[in-house]
Amino acid sequence: MYSKKFRFFLSFLFLVTVLCSSCFSGRRSQGDAIKIQGAGSSLINPLMQKWVSEYGNLYSNIRIDYQSIGSGGGIKQVKEKTIQFGASDLVMSDADLASAPGEIIHVPVILGAVVLTYNLEEVSQPLRFSPTTISDIFLGKITQWNDERILADNPGVSLPAAPVTVVHRSDGSGTSAIFTNYLSKVSPEWKEKVGEGTSPSFPVGLGGKGNEGVTGQVKQTPNTIGYVELAYAVKNKMPVAQIRNKAGNYVVPNFETVTNAAAETINETPDDLRASITDAAGDNAYSIASYVYLLLYKEQPDETVGRTLVEFLTWGINDGQRFAQPLYYSPLPQEMVKRASAKIALVSHNGSSLKAQ
Amino acid sequence: MTPEQIDLGGNVPAPDEGRRKFSSADKIYRILLTACAALILVIVITMLIVIGQGSLLSIKEFGLSFLFGQVWDPIKGEFGAMPFIYGTVVSSIIAVLIATPLSIGVAVFLVEQAPRSVARPIAFLVELLAAIPSVVYGLWAIFVLAPFLREFVQPPLQSALGWLPFFKGTPTGIGMFTGGLILAIMITPIITAVVRDILEAVPVTQREAALALGATKWETTKIVLANASSGIAGAVILGLGRAIGETMAVTMIIGNRPQISASLFDPAYTIASVIANEFTEATGDLYLSALIEMGLILFVVTFIVTGLAKLLILSVGRKTQSIA
Repeated sequence: MYSKKFRFFLSFLFLVTVLCSSCFSGRRSQGDAIKIQGAGSSLINPLMQKWVSEYGNLYSNIRIDYQSIGSGGGIKQVKEKTIQFGASDLVMSDADLASAPGEIIHVPVILGAVVLTYNLEEVSQPLRFSPTTISDIFLGKITQWNDERILADNPGVSLPAAPVTVVHRSDGSGTSAIFTNYLSKVSPEWKEKVGEGTSPSFPVGLGGKGNEGVTGQVKQTPNTIGYVELAYAVKNKMPVAQIRNKAGNYVVPNFETVTNAAAETINETPDDLRASITDAAGDNAYSIASYVYLLLYKEQPDETVGRTLVEFLTWGINDGQRFAQPLYYSPLPQEMVKRASAKIALVSHNGSSLKAQ
Repeated sequence: MTPEQIDLGGNVPAPDEGRRKFSSADKIYRILLTACAALILVIVITMLIVIGQGSLLSIKEFGLSFLFGQVWDPIKGEFGAMPFIYGTVVSSIIAVLIATPLSIGVAVFLVEQAPRSVARPIAFLVELLAAIPSVVYGLWAIFVLAPFLREFVQPPLQSALGWLPFFKGTPTGIGMFTGGLILAIMITPIITAVVRDILEAVPVTQREAALALGATKWETTKIVLANASSGIAGAVILGLGRAIGETMAVTMIIGNRPQISASLFDPAYTIASVIANEFTEATGDLYLSALIEMGLILFVVTFIVTGLAKLLILSVGRKTQSIA
């Protein structure tokens, strides 16, 4: 008994020692490290992790932590000032901005695309969809794959007489918001019946949790159609539909067409950079895309943190853009890089800009 | 023992050192136990208070119509809980209906029939099943169970029983049926493990007595089961509780559509799933409050369903006991 107790005591002591030493050594090795906490969009998470690790390699005294908690959560935490920056694939609403304790600025850092993917065994060539067809499918008005509206978009393609099963996101997500923003623009009926938002109430279909849930269900279930981020469709080697844009061309989503969509809308982009680039004009612009924004306060409470944040953002929209393509994001158009860095230059501490001249 | 310790009534002599020590240990023991029990109470009550506070806004806004509403549309600010309550209750009932006979069968086999060399590895496997995280069950359901059901189970079911309202619609492999089935698979190990322990606790003398009176193996097992019925009821309720609260695996496979449909092949939605799905992106105050009220409803639903199950199983148990 005694030896057992003694051993327990010893192991307890050992544990305490290890914990304490790791605590203190951790503190020591960090030295005067600058810690920055960010959270939000899951769409940007793979790129953000890459950025954080690359930036950490460049500046070993800077530690940036990013939590992928969803755009809504990012906005909420920025407003509550529990983090230094948020990330969101949605722009903050006027009401959100008004109720924040300070002026928040939107800095677009990258572009993401939402694509239609489907599971039709017999069809080998990529399918094409016009905006109203997409809206009719997701409204439940087109129920068969060989519906003449789908056939009209795809002359010469033989489509099966099988029921269409729609798969959509069940969790609240920026992906759904981008997709429904697009549908609300191209279909008055969609706008009236469903509207746009992170958790739309879809009239038909199965709900999959997360991009991976939708990808999984589409991949596993024949005759399905769903919408996911570009990366998920490409990585899972799933077919990606061409979508007819405003100019009337069927466009494949890729780095070029998505960046085009942003470039084509740059003149309509307001000064605060809160812009929707869905249904963009331009011959070669992909229709369902969005900026991902980093959100931060214009007036930074801490000079060092503020300056680091400004440098990190500046790096992200310049050098950082080269990490976009391998992760299936699209880089910002050149004009937007200029406007975004002008925005970053506004970030200040006690009224003076934190951006190095 | 000294005479003083036995003589508790009447003239108790002044307690000696040893006794005082003993009684103080007893006191600490009692206080500790009470504290443990009280802690549970405190946790439940604080949870109820916090959830209640969080859902005040939604309760004020919607009142009772929240409970019976059928529409869940965060964009338009319409929130109704009925489809979720339906999905939670029905999927859990399906799970328990499938899992209970299965688990009791496995447990009886392990305790009453199987030789030790077989029982041990099977019991180990059952316990292993209980340790698998629910997200793994969910992934397995998407990639293995759903395609299997879609190809080999749902079409024959539909062609044989398609005239019933329960088996209508396109069999996609995803929906209430699969959700209930994955829940059944998840709660089977729990129920089995508990029932096995309960059966083992039934004294061997009972079995020997029954066998000595000329009962067959089956008749003996019936007596053992009847005597263990209240414990088995507890095991089933434990499984039911897990089924009601299970989130991840169900979300991945039930189709997440807030609707009340008689067909088990149609997608459905559960309370726990909608909270997990939408909480992170719920930006509006009312939206958030509506989701928290769903948590409150889950509390109440769990309370009512387990209470009803307890009553039902106990009354059935009493009947079988009187037959035996």
